[in-house]
Order: sequence, then structure tokens, then C-alpha cells
Amino acid sequence: MLNISDIMQTVNMIDHQHLDIRTITLGISLHDCADSDIKKCAEKIYTKICKKAENLVSTGCEIEKEYGIPIINKRISVTPIAQVAAACENNDYSIIGHALDNAAKNCGVNFIGGFSALVHKGFTNADLNLINAIPKTLSETELVCSSVNVATTKAGINMDAVALMGKIIKQTAELTAKNDGIGCAKLVVFANAVEDNPFMAGAFHGEGEPECVINVGVSGPGVVYKALQDVREKSFDIVAETVKRTAFRITRMGQMVANAASERLGIPFGVVDLSLAPTPAQGDSVARILEEMGLETCGAHGTTAALALLNDAVKKGGVMASGHVGGLSGAFIPVSEDEGMIAAVEKGVLNIEKLEAMTCVCSVGLDMIAVPGDTSAEILSAIIADEAAIGVINSKTTAVRIIPAPHKNFGDTVEFGGLLGAAPVMKVNQAKSSDFIRRGGRIPAPIHSLKN
Amino acid sequence: MTVTAADRVGIIASVCSLLSSMSVNILDINQTVMEGIFTMTLLVDTSTSSFSFDEIRSALIQRGESEQLNIHIQRADIFNAMHRV
Repeated sequence: MLNISDIMQTVNMIDHQHLDIRTITLGISLHDCADSDIKKCAEKIYTKICKKAENLVSTGCEIEKEYGIPIINKRISVTPIAQVAAACENNDYSIIGHALDNAAKNCGVNFIGGFSALVHKGFTNADLNLINAIPKTLSETELVCSSVNVATTKAGINMDAVALMGKIIKQTAELTAKNDGIGCAKLVVFANAVEDNPFMAGAFHGEGEPECVINVGVSGPGVVYKALQDVREKSFDIVAETVKRTAFRITRMGQMVANAASERLGIPFGVVDLSLAPTPAQGDSVARILEEMGLETCGAHGTTAALALLNDAVKKGGVMASGHVGGLSGAFIPVSEDEGMIAAVEKGVLNIEKLEAMTCVCSVGLDMIAVPGDTSAEILSAIIADEAAIGVINSKTTAVRIIPAPHKNFGDTVEFGGLLGAAPVMKVNQAKSSDFIRRGGRIPAPIHSLKN
Repeated sequence: MTVTAADRVGIIASVCSLLSSMSVNILDINQTVMEGIFTMTLLVDTSTSSFSFDEIRSALIQRGESEQLNIHIQRADIFNAMHRV
């Protein structure tokens, strides 16, 4: 039998430190749903998702009860819709968006991702149709998440797409102005998007993926925070070791749940995503982990180094605990979804420039950041361009999920509710970048992309 | 399965008699008082019971609520996964 203190440690992690499985995400290929008639295509998509995901939520709940570990989200990711809808004669892809929304509601999942296009090198007609349908789709549906990949290390940055996405984000905010621009919380602009990410809003079922796959996202900022409280004033060698050990345990649990879900659903296991994903709950914050390392407030000088250590140690600890690691795997720093980040912004210590620096060393990018509603599309595009450059040059994923909250100004707060949280509206550098964005074309791939 | 509570007389008796009434077999039992808190872990086999896992779980939670005991029942795999390489 196991040691009593080991058992109690696990029970306490779940009861008091918010240890949970953040998401079980079922990836479904929709390539076989293509049809020249968009209504038929939407029907095929609805039917296929409902059939493949019919037991996802009930199986998730069953595992949750038997193993005593909360599984917060059950979600679905699908083939980028621009690829599925390319054969359709009608170019109003919001019809497919509605089919996705209805299928997600029917299956009982809380988000469906994949209203997406991959345009890092250029647009197909279908990509343009999809991108133009994003504002309408996100304003008329509840559970659909959208993402657009505008850059890769191999292809460089598609600056036409960067310019377009600034406008699309603005339009999405305006169409969802009643709810503080919540549509933008479901829209991610990526560089180096990964094909097996289980986390929303950026999940989609990539090109190289099988027919169906189970990907699991673990979490546990609260557990890491508690573990670091026990090694206060110790050197960074001990801090790194403590994070690694904790990440190992969290990931082992994720792998076990992934195996159980895969076996019970009869769907192959894909990856465990080793991310530390915060929630707005007290004690489930990545910012508080950084502060526990000795920073007065997240955003103080030293924050980037602290985050670099955390991100690296999470990966090192997690990688041995899982058969296949993938997705984004690292620490997330979404502002509105992290109680400590919100507090740091409200104190005036954490700003967009510091967050941008932090994205150089963690797994994603500028995430869930609310900015004044009058921020221009060109400035949003320029923010995306900077993030894409960080991703492309460092061969890592970066993303921008930014909300120009309509009629809100610096100092106001926007409320999204639930896991999306509440975000203080942050100050944006208003110097113009419009001539820069207007140039268009592509920023070439960096020299280190030529590895062959 | 784990039971934690403020230490007092009769906790083991209460939990074990409930398990016995549902024909749940106890394979191993460990009990200590950690920082003033009664802490007990039990390895149980529910296959001997005619009740489902869900029914056993609900009965234990109900007993826990009425007697101020914090009771968890979960598959042992989770502990093996987290603490054994």
C-alpha cells in the first residue's frame, strides 16, 4: 500500500490547491464532410461531430467520479473549417459556424475549436471567406472558437493577413459590443500554431492528425505555488527541482486520465499538453508563482527570468511523465483568467510591454488582454506583428488574443464571466504604425529556418 | 479511500460498519493523527458489493456530511500514477 502522506498529498492537491485536468479535447477530422452545397456540408459536419463525440462528456464525468479528479472542460477540436468548406459554392461560412455551435451544444461540451484558417504563406479563396465570416460567426454563436495562423518560422510572416486580422478583431468586438467584445475572447491569431493543442480558444485538429484523437491538457498552478511556498529563500537550483517534481506528478495524473479516456472511448491517445493554465480562482494563478519566487508583484524586473525558469522546469518535469507530449506545453499568462495578473495590472506594475517580453520565454503570447475600444485596427495588427516576430525568430508558438473593448477606456474593467474572467483595460502605446502595416507582403522566413 | 476529520471516538467504527453493510471488503487500512487531524486511508475492494461504485460513493459522502467527516473514494491508480515511477 502507498504511503499515507503521499495519498494525503494528492487529496490535498485536489481539495485545496485546485489540481485538476483542465481539458479533455476530442479532435475530429472533418475532411470527409466536404460538399459543394454548404447546407449539406453543414449537415454532414453536425452529424459527424454528434456521432463521434456522443460519449465524450459522459465518459469524462465517469472518469471524474471514479478517480476523484475534477475534469473541468470537455471540448472538441475540428479540421480548420477553411479546408473543409473550400469546396462549397456559397461563401457565407457562418452557416458552418452555426452547425459547429449546434453540434457542441448537442454533445454538451463547453467549446468547439477549429473555425480556423492557416494562412502563413498566403490566402486561398476559402481562407478569405472564412476570415471574413469570423466576426459574424463569433457574434451569432456561443461555443465556437476561431483561430488564424499568420506566420511560421518556415514561411515567415504574412503581413497581409496580419493587417486583415487587425480589422477582423475590431469588427468582432463591434458586433459583440453588448458583451464587452466577448467575441474577441474566442479568436486567436497565431504564429507557429500547433496541430494538437487541446486548449481553447486556439484548438484545431491539424493536417497530420488521425481521424479522431484524444488530447489532454493538465493544469496545476496552485500545486506549484504551494510547493514553492515550502522552499522559500532556497536557491534557484532547489526552486527548479521543486517545480520539476511537481510537474512530473501533475503530468502522470494527466497521462493516466488520458489513457483511461482513450480506452473507454475507443479513440487513440494523442498528447498530454503540459501547460500550467491559471483560472480566475484564488490560489490558481501563474502570477502568484512568479511572485513566490521573490518578486513583489508580477511585472517587476526579474519576472521574465522567473517565468523562463518556470516554463522550462515544467517541461523538464512533465516530459518524462508522459508517453507523448505536445500542444503548447508551458506556462500560460492570460491576464483576465489569472487573479494575480489582474491584480498586477491594477497596481500599474504589469503592462503590455512587459507581457510581450514575457511571451519570449513562455508557451503562448499576449493572451486575454483588454485594450481601449478606440484602439485602431493598425495598432492591433502591429501588436500581432511583434508577437508573430517573437514566435518566428524563436521557433516557438506565439499568439494574440486581444479584446478592444467597445466604449471602454484605460482603467475600466470588462467582465466575461466563467473561465474567461474579468480584465482591466490596459494602456496601449498610441504612436501610429499604420504606414508599417499598410506595406503588406511577407516578412521572409529567418535564416535559421533553412535547416535542410 | 481517505477519511479526515477532527479526532474523536468512533470514526473507524462508523466508516467500517457502513462499508460492511454494503459488503465492501477492506484490504488494507492505515490510520494516524496528523497535526491533530484524524487521517485514515483504506484500500477497499468494491467488486464484492452488489452496490455500484456511484452508490457506495454517495453513501460515504452522505455519512461524511452527517458526521462531519471528509471522505473521498477514488481508484487507487491515481496515487500509483502520481507517486510511483
